[in-house]
Amino acid sequence: MPVKTFIEAIREGLAEEMRRDPTTIVLGEDVGLKGGVFLATDGLHGEFGDDRVIDTPLTESMIVGASIGAAVNGLRPIAEIQFADFIFPAFNQILSEAARMRYRSNNALGVPMTIRAPYGGGVHGALYHSQSVEAFFTHIPGLKVVIPSTPYDAKGLLRSSIRNDDPVLFFEHKKMYRSVRGEVPDGEYTVPLGRAQVTRVGSRVTVVAYGLMAHYALEAADRAAEDGISVEVVDVRTLRPLDRETLLSSVRKTGKCLVVYEDNKFGGYGAEIAAIVAEEAFEFLDGPVTRVAGPDVPGVPYNHVLEDWFMVNPDKILAAIRTLAAY
Amino acid sequence: MAATPRTREEQPPVDGGDPSVNVGKPGAEHGKSAARLGADLGLDDDALVGMYRMVALARAIDERMWILNRSGRIPFVISGQGHEGAQVGITWALRRAHDWIAPFYRSIATCLTFGMTARDMMTAQYATANDPSSGGRQMPGHYGHPSHNIVSVSSPVATQILHAVGIALAARIRGTDQVAMTFMGEGSSNQGDVHEGLNFAAIHHLPFVLVVENNGYAISVPATKELALPDVAARASGYGIPGVVVDGADVLACYRASKIAVERARRGEGPTLIEAKVTRLTGHSSDDQQTKYRAAEELTAERARDALPHFREQLRAVGILDDATVARIDAENRVIVDDATTYAEAQPDPDPATALDHVYAEGVEGTF
Ligand SMILES: Cc1ncc(C[n+]2csc(CCOP(=O)(O)OP(=O)(O)O)c2C)c(N)n1
Repeated sequence: MPVKTFIEAIREGLAEEMRRDPTTIVLGEDVGLKGGVFLATDGLHGEFGDDRVIDTPLTESMIVGASIGAAVNGLRPIAEIQFADFIFPAFNQILSEAARMRYRSNNALGVPMTIRAPYGGGVHGALYHSQSVEAFFTHIPGLKVVIPSTPYDAKGLLRSSIRNDDPVLFFEHKKMYRSVRGEVPDGEYTVPLGRAQVTRVGSRVTVVAYGLMAHYALEAADRAAEDGISVEVVDVRTLRPLDRETLLSSVRKTGKCLVVYEDNKFGGYGAEIAAIVAEEAFEFLDGPVTRVAGPDVPGVPYNHVLEDWFMVNPDKILAAIRTLAAY
Repeated sequence: MAATPRTREEQPPVDGGDPSVNVGKPGAEHGKSAARLGADLGLDDDALVGMYRMVALARAIDERMWILNRSGRIPFVISGQGHEGAQVGITWALRRAHDWIAPFYRSIATCLTFGMTARDMMTAQYATANDPSSGGRQMPGHYGHPSHNIVSVSSPVATQILHAVGIALAARIRGTDQVAMTFMGEGSSNQGDVHEGLNFAAIHHLPFVLVVENNGYAISVPATKELALPDVAARASGYGIPGVVVDGADVLACYRASKIAVERARRGEGPTLIEAKVTRLTGHSSDDQQTKYRAAEELTAERARDALPHFREQLRAVGILDDATVARIDAENRVIVDDATTYAEAQPDPDPATALDHVYAEGVEGTF
């Protein structure tokens, strides 16, 4: 199987879906001739032209709001928000409009739209090019939220997101774009939304993670194995809808749950995972549900020492695994 | 611009009521005067009477809503009184069930003109299970009707502009020859989405029309504290598109402005901003007491800008309407409104068991 980078998988997923379905369009800032600031849409303009690959002004609310209208009138827009940090001007359109359109119209109008946005830190992006924004969106019924961690999943989940009849937020960790490689088959395949994956089988501690953290969790798990601690890693992949079954059956088996996320700890997505495990697997637990997450500061600081202090890394995860395993 | 007469098939329906209710048809008694009035717009006698009938029906439904509210039968009303002439005139220029509208909470006459019925309106007020706008999920005033290409209204103001712009974008890309029109107040026109939407629509020459119904107030705040200009329409030049100010009490002027904008949009020449100066004859909503911030003299003067009597006198003066026809239309509208009220009152509430439905296309998934 050919090995591809994370961003190559996304680019191919976009191109193949656009070839397959003429109602798909891509719109966003610099997505045209430049092919996106990370080159996720590179080559699409040349192949599909002005009508289907639209360079927009710097207007995030419009990018999302007009995508809603285009979806209502028969297209499948794939909107790119250049950085997740700049999605907030569109927050109202996503929350008040896209998420509620089906519910408020009693199922008469849907919004089959995918919003792609690079997120995450560790790339010297400082406060405004490093944020993890998933918790804002997983809070909202009506939205689906996807965060892949491998090139295979990225392509398969992107295809499923585009074909899905609901609004999907598809977040891509920008540190992974070129640093993560993996096998991606040539043929058509999809990865269904709403399915987590056990990426490492183990027996003593479950580590739940997604995105870049899913890689760091695997790294920490390998090192824990050297200490004789058997760690199971669950890569959530779709944050909403959440695959509770895979999550809970792993925790029921290991009796220990560590949740890892890069976002600020307080009120982050991992808090919801912890609450679900506490509510639904309490009698299986043999230690406190624990979180390793970003510190509660308003953003990732720029200076590399400060940035390292902020970022969750395999060392921090390993330390938490050891503590939990010893419980 | 030479006006092309519209065929009957293209016209919006003149009854606006339920098919089951016989509202009668305007007859030959209206004379030939329409050869002058409305002729340059392609509007014949039937169309003019139909437009009048629609303005009057919207008013009759609206007045009934207030009676129901004040008698404790429906908890909330937000009115279109004072806006109806502009709404009917402007919406009349669109092709029903082909073009799209993204209305706002005062768009009662707009939605009626575009195909919703009195029953549709009243079931929305009662929030019944079969209310086509939202199945009783939204507050009254949040109209929508997909089979008539009416986008569902939400509460944050001005968000709908972007939906209409996106609809226009899709229409252009798909080559459907559709026009998308959206409506809002002058207060709402200050939202950032309006700038983003107009800018994009203008860049891409989209088949899009923004209608600002300027009634001089955003709840209690007068237009002088909302805009540093007398006209919202002046902003159009900043986007390189036409901005038109039209007297909202002049139904035919509104129709003319709209027809020009819609034809321009369909020719691929891009968007237009139409500002209709209307009046708000009621409080902002049933929860508002406008005498607290509007002087009695002002409210009296505002009555003089009401399109309903203005249009009636205009049609009467040229012999298209006479007392008997006006009385007949009023009686017919009363029947429609009575029917809609009785109908809506008898419809069941939504079943709470359905409240989890339609969060997602396939329903609530798995253990979600
Ligand atoms: C974003 C937002 N802010 C505030 C409100 C509350 N609100 C509802 S209507 C309204 C006034 C709107 O005035 P205008 O646009 O002039 O329309 P009008 O009601 O006068 O027809 C306000 C402030 C809202 N619905 N949405």
